[in-house]
Amino acid sequence: MIRETPFHPRTSAANQTGLWSHWSGYLATDRYQMSDKFEYFAIRNSAAVIDTSPLYKYRITGSDAETFLAGILARDIRKCRPGQAHYTVWCDDDGWVVEDGVILRHSDDEFMLTAAEPNMAYLQDLAGRMAVRIEDVSDDFGALALQGPYAREILRQLAPEMEEIGYFHLIPAKVGNAAVTISRTGYTGDLGYEIWVERDDAVGVWDTLFEVAAPYGVIPAGQTALLIARIEAGLVLIDVDFHSSRYAWNDDQRTTPHELGLGWMLRDLPSDDRAFIGRQAIERELADGTSRWKTVGIMVDYEDWNRVYGERSLIPPKDHTPEHGGMMIYDEKLERIGYTPSFVYSPMTQRHVGIARVRPEHAALGTGVSLEVTIDHRYDVVKAHVARLPFFNPQRKTA
Amino acid sequence: MPAKKKYDAIVIGGGHNGLVNGSYLAKAGLDTVILERRHLVGGAAITEELYPGFSFTTFSYALSLLRPEIIHELELTKHGFMPLLMPSTFAPTEDGDYLLLGQDKNENHHEIARHSPHDADAYDAYGHMMEQVVHAIRPLMDSIPPDITSKDPEERARMAAIGSYLADLPPGVLHDMIRLMTGSAADILEDYFESELMQGLHASSGIIGTKVGPRSQGSGLVLLYHSFGEHDGAYGAWAFHKGGNGGFTQVLARAAESFGAEIRLESPVDHVITKNGRATGVVLSDGTELDAKIVVSAVDPRRTFMDLIDPRELPSDLVENIRRFKFQGTSAKVNFALDGNPTYPGLEGRSDHYRGFINLGPSLDYLERAFDDAKYGWYSQKPYIDGCIQSNVDPDMAPPGKAVMSCFIQYAPYHLKDGDWDEERDRFGDTVQKTLESFFPGFSDLVLHREVVTPLDIERVVGLTEGNIFAGEFLAPQMFFFRPAPGWNQYRTPIEGYYQCGSGTHPGGCVMGAPGRFASQQILGDLAKKKR
Repeated sequence: MIRETPFHPRTSAANQTGLWSHWSGYLATDRYQMSDKFEYFAIRNSAAVIDTSPLYKYRITGSDAETFLAGILARDIRKCRPGQAHYTVWCDDDGWVVEDGVILRHSDDEFMLTAAEPNMAYLQDLAGRMAVRIEDVSDDFGALALQGPYAREILRQLAPEMEEIGYFHLIPAKVGNAAVTISRTGYTGDLGYEIWVERDDAVGVWDTLFEVAAPYGVIPAGQTALLIARIEAGLVLIDVDFHSSRYAWNDDQRTTPHELGLGWMLRDLPSDDRAFIGRQAIERELADGTSRWKTVGIMVDYEDWNRVYGERSLIPPKDHTPEHGGMMIYDEKLERIGYTPSFVYSPMTQRHVGIARVRPEHAALGTGVSLEVTIDHRYDVVKAHVARLPFFNPQRKTA
Repeated sequence: MPAKKKYDAIVIGGGHNGLVNGSYLAKAGLDTVILERRHLVGGAAITEELYPGFSFTTFSYALSLLRPEIIHELELTKHGFMPLLMPSTFAPTEDGDYLLLGQDKNENHHEIARHSPHDADAYDAYGHMMEQVVHAIRPLMDSIPPDITSKDPEERARMAAIGSYLADLPPGVLHDMIRLMTGSAADILEDYFESELMQGLHASSGIIGTKVGPRSQGSGLVLLYHSFGEHDGAYGAWAFHKGGNGGFTQVLARAAESFGAEIRLESPVDHVITKNGRATGVVLSDGTELDAKIVVSAVDPRRTFMDLIDPRELPSDLVENIRRFKFQGTSAKVNFALDGNPTYPGLEGRSDHYRGFINLGPSLDYLERAFDDAKYGWYSQKPYIDGCIQSNVDPDMAPPGKAVMSCFIQYAPYHLKDGDWDEERDRFGDTVQKTLESFFPGFSDLVLHREVVTPLDIERVVGLTEGNIFAGEFLAPQMFFFRPAPGWNQYRTPIEGYYQCGSGTHPGGCVMGAPGRFASQQILGDLAKKKR
């Protein structure tokens, strides 16, 4: 049976379209109103509320919790102090990415790890004799993201203690009578927070939040709006930009942190003697230069986009609906050098952009490439160049 | 006496076209100054906090026709360019019904079918026809028209190329184009729609800013012109720029400065200095002289040719054409700070219908009657109103829970037959408010502040002659080859080094930027020729 998130009584009332998708076995709204783009603009212009409850959530506690996690997560969890959060990946022995997620550190020995896929067995099998307890609390908590330039101004009226928290920090707080955790995290690349609340308090928190937020034009936003924002933010998505190595059929489907553009997570590797799963393979990859890909931004040349459509007497489309496919990328000799798993017309840059994977020798910023498009059932190529990720990175995100 | 400052180029007027022009000139490496008479740039595209916490788009209030090339070439997204989607169009009737169009094609179909099942289908056919015509005519709008008076073989060849281009269009598209360019909006709309509400809603685009009624020949051209724009590829769609249209011109100003242009506020120009038939600089009202080999006027044709220089230096046929150039402003604004969104009976507690244009013009008859008053020299007693409550889309525009409402009003002729605007301003404001009250009962109770902007105010504050919002009427004899005058439609003037780049030049008004951009191309092209 498909499940409902703790906010379902409110999300279903707000969903005017009747469109739902299934996210980790829960009903998730694609778009609440007829315009997903309007919901997207709420993220960039006021703030939007996104129900992110379907994420798997694991509470990891015990005196060995830090040691346990330090041996699994690619990013050094020992540097994540209580009251902080990390975005991290975890890898297999061969250095392939298993998954990514955000981990919140509530105290010295209490963490909450979020993930897109089930990880209970994977984590439990690695616990051995360590004093660590892993609980699947996915269904016990709701998560509500408030994302956008007005997020702080709104939330501080409900929980003044949150005002000072920095990027990727968290704080226990109260919203109305409900005890919550507020973290400065999100998947939009904007100023934003997530409110973590126990299931029974979820609807009350939604109501309290909207009482304050509605006069600012805050609206609930569905999955499509979120996915536009995440491409602009250059944030990768499992099963689109990469696949879990646990379920890949071959190495073409696998990827390393460096190939995925997440090498920054391993910046401290030379000065850190921590043993973690995949470390040796990652070190080999770096030493031998065996990375097959680089993850880069691709920005389409607007004049050439107009040309290829204009030649067929078509209005050049500027569609904000994300395309999760795999448009091929070619070099000047029309040799295949990569592909773009995530592609969208980005309202903030007014350009067609993609998160792309290209061979390392073609990854320098500004490198000219050609992108394959299909127009009226015919292949064509349009000029593009390698661009910096994220495409949109407002100061307010971290300020 | 202070030392004379020398520039490569001086742009007179910091409206959107002046800013666009100055940006391109500076980007090309010219030492450029943009001179603005007022304390802020933007011309008629400004946002002002006229009541604490409320941002008013005093004049121009929405964005569509801005050429996409300008966004990219001037790198406007780096400077905060942000056109916000307007997801709804709300058209109330006089008897309490309404039409509410949104972003879902099929939902719109059902909503239109409430009024006429025929029109629900016709809506798509009409949209497709308009898109085809716009698509066909865009290349002409997006290029500098040939000089129809020239014997130069190159210009003659360009004339011939236009002929060939038109001849190659599908005959149906060409015919629709001619219908739109020569006919009335009503003629075209009655071909498609039977519902008065649908006719009225679409006809409003055929009258905005122009002294025509929906049944006047020529309103088709105005309708077509207003469809040239786009929002993110959606033809004919409009957007609210973040922070209003003043937010947009601030983006332009930042872009101009990033390319090295200097913007001088409170620097009204008295006249252009000419010597032996060429421009050498300008004199400000305070007597300051600024030198430059290039002087560009971003103000309207009347001021460009009759005020800033001595008309005796110009050929008499040009002077005569400019004298006959029609301004006859006929639009006004009444802007409100409101205690909250107005209530529409039957839609209490909702605000989603207030996220785009609110079109108070429910039928052709309604609009035509509004025009009748203007024909005989008075303002409409029940005016057409294009309302926008931008605060429903952009929370920066009003305090939380409050609303700021821009109302574009027609008709309000510049020349009143029996009275003057200074005397009529408040009564006119009352007439508008009474009309709003008739659609939204209780409206007046919400009013915290009201700003009435008559055509006379537009002229006084912005400098647009007779308050014409397009810097000259959109009438066929004033467009394309003839804007602002035959022989002078390519941004040059008879004075060497003196150029024009305002909305009085091709393609015309609205916050389009094309005149500023084309003028810069001419200027830079002429400079390059001289260097050769």
